[in-house]
Amino acid sequence: MNHSQTGAQQKAGLASLDEEGLAPQETPWEEFLRIFTKDYQALFGFWVLVLLLLVALSGKVLTEWWVVFDPEAVRLTDKFLPPLSVPSPDSIPEDRPFGGVYLMGTDELGRDVFARMFQGSFVSLSIGFVAVGISLGIGILLGGLSGFYGHVKLWFITVDTLIMRFTDAMMCFPTFFLILTAVALLPPSIYTIMIIIGLFSWMGTARFVRAEFLSIREQDYVTAAKALGIPEGRIIFRHMVPNALAPVFVSATIGVASAILTESGLSFLGFGVPPPYATWGNILSDGKGFVFDAPWLFFIPGLAIFLVVLAFNLVGEGLREALNPKLRSR
Amino acid sequence: MWNFIIRNIAQRLVLLVIVSFLAHSFIHLAPGEPSEVDPMNPRMKPEDIAKIRAAFHLDDPLYMQYAYWIRDLASGELKSFKDSQPVLPKIWDRFLNSLPLFILATILVWTWAFPAGIYGAVFRGGVYDRLTVFSSYALISVPGFFLSFLAILWVVGWLGVPVISIKTFGMEHAQPVYQLMDRIWHLVIPSVMTAIGGIAVLSRYVRSQMLEVLGQDYVRTARAKGLQEDTVIYGHALGNALLPFVTMFGLLLPGLIGGAVIFEQIFAWPGLGRLAYEAILSRDFPIIMTLNFIAAVLTLLGTLISDILYAVVDPRIRLD
Repeated sequence: MNHSQTGAQQKAGLASLDEEGLAPQETPWEEFLRIFTKDYQALFGFWVLVLLLLVALSGKVLTEWWVVFDPEAVRLTDKFLPPLSVPSPDSIPEDRPFGGVYLMGTDELGRDVFARMFQGSFVSLSIGFVAVGISLGIGILLGGLSGFYGHVKLWFITVDTLIMRFTDAMMCFPTFFLILTAVALLPPSIYTIMIIIGLFSWMGTARFVRAEFLSIREQDYVTAAKALGIPEGRIIFRHMVPNALAPVFVSATIGVASAILTESGLSFLGFGVPPPYATWGNILSDGKGFVFDAPWLFFIPGLAIFLVVLAFNLVGEGLREALNPKLRSR
Repeated sequence: MWNFIIRNIAQRLVLLVIVSFLAHSFIHLAPGEPSEVDPMNPRMKPEDIAKIRAAFHLDDPLYMQYAYWIRDLASGELKSFKDSQPVLPKIWDRFLNSLPLFILATILVWTWAFPAGIYGAVFRGGVYDRLTVFSSYALISVPGFFLSFLAILWVVGWLGVPVISIKTFGMEHAQPVYQLMDRIWHLVIPSVMTAIGGIAVLSRYVRSQMLEVLGQDYVRTARAKGLQEDTVIYGHALGNALLPFVTMFGLLLPGLIGGAVIFEQIFAWPGLGRLAYEAILSRDFPIIMTLNFIAAVLTLLGTLISDILYAVVDPRIRLD
């Protein structure tokens, strides 16, 4: 049996179903879109994230590769200028900001806050994505192993017991404290922070994936696939993983948000990303000392983090509602 | 029942061993060392460092260090690297300081999250629901210290509530009533700030759990019988929706202790979190390991209690 035949048969089947009015009204993707686009909060979050992605990419390009906005230029003549102010006349002409105006003011060294925020958007976002990527990788691997090969015995304990006891033990620790300890003991670098946050936050994902795998393994289509003699690897990756991914996707979205928050918390305690990288977290925690003298140094990064984390959370929740039929209003 | 409890305790003991193992290895696998705290100090000669390393057993293999740690911990002889004070009394003092904060925060979380979540679910899609859902998102999206700073700036400036540390300095001779009031005022804002994250997260869980239960067939049946809506919600749905939260009790503890590191730093509260932070700064391994270990033990105890409670409360769980 080749593919074109199967396709034709399927079409014929669908057509006959269609004649009887029994064909599904919409594909899962259409259903997802319909629900997601009706959720204004999620949609708002989605557009904020699209905007953020553009800002972050252009931030990377415009502050590092083709320096239009220089986040590192120190101008001691222009310290603590409020937003939208122009450089003082005795500042060095080459160091003046693009457009001749400090959009978000300057900090205690006269650095352009706008340029720093612009650069920091990419760094903050990449911390979130890399950390979540690592935690997803570990979580899916361990959860999938214990969900699919859980019954396999290793010496005297099953794979499932081994992995889940380890996960339980990891969940007992206060995550933030562990991350703080590890970051404080390791040499300070942006990569350490990304990796550590990822390494200590996979437990939830592993449990989700395991639960999903346990229930999917018993579904009829998996039995059917087994009966057709499809190899195990293909069953796992073509048939099971896509169906298990919905809750993982939701927790990943929320994971990016919490990674950004964790990074700002680490910055506050003095273990954030070391210079020269600017992140929103360390701009905020540097700015906290100047709440009265230069409130923009505190409020701009604080509100930016708030908005972005909120957007991630709203999108995550929108996805959850759209992907989980149990939560829909009836 | 006893079988169930004993099996549960046995499982927890196994976990405890894994936990102690992990708590120990996290610290020792990281490259930093107590002898490197002050590398620029000219008075630290190589022989001094060697002496320190020998005194702290840092030259022994890892499994020996683990054995020493467990031995000292069990006998209560474990001493801090920094000031050679016994670790357990030190942690206990700080724990007593943190305890009011933890208790008040927990009470706030559990008394606010449930009504908020339940009403949100019952009046799904209404103004109240949208408001609580949105504000719970807003509250988990703000960096904790940003919000705390705003609280200090505005609430404190406006109401004159004292916030820094656990009590006002120099109040020792005041009337006991004033001292008590002073203590309570100091407690309010830090515990609200600690609780906010928990309230936001828990109320969302409560809401979605309640929504799920409200969609069940037995709720429809109850409605179809013509029961009052209140009876349906409070009599039939609520109990089943709240059941899973018995197990949340233990799992909220690590967050509380982890969060304490930041909040106690902001409010200069001399509790566990600050002890942890100070220990990290000075690479005081025994304190870091023991704190991690104790936090995990507390969590294990919490989950043990809630598992037993769950089994008692939920008739669907068979105990054999």
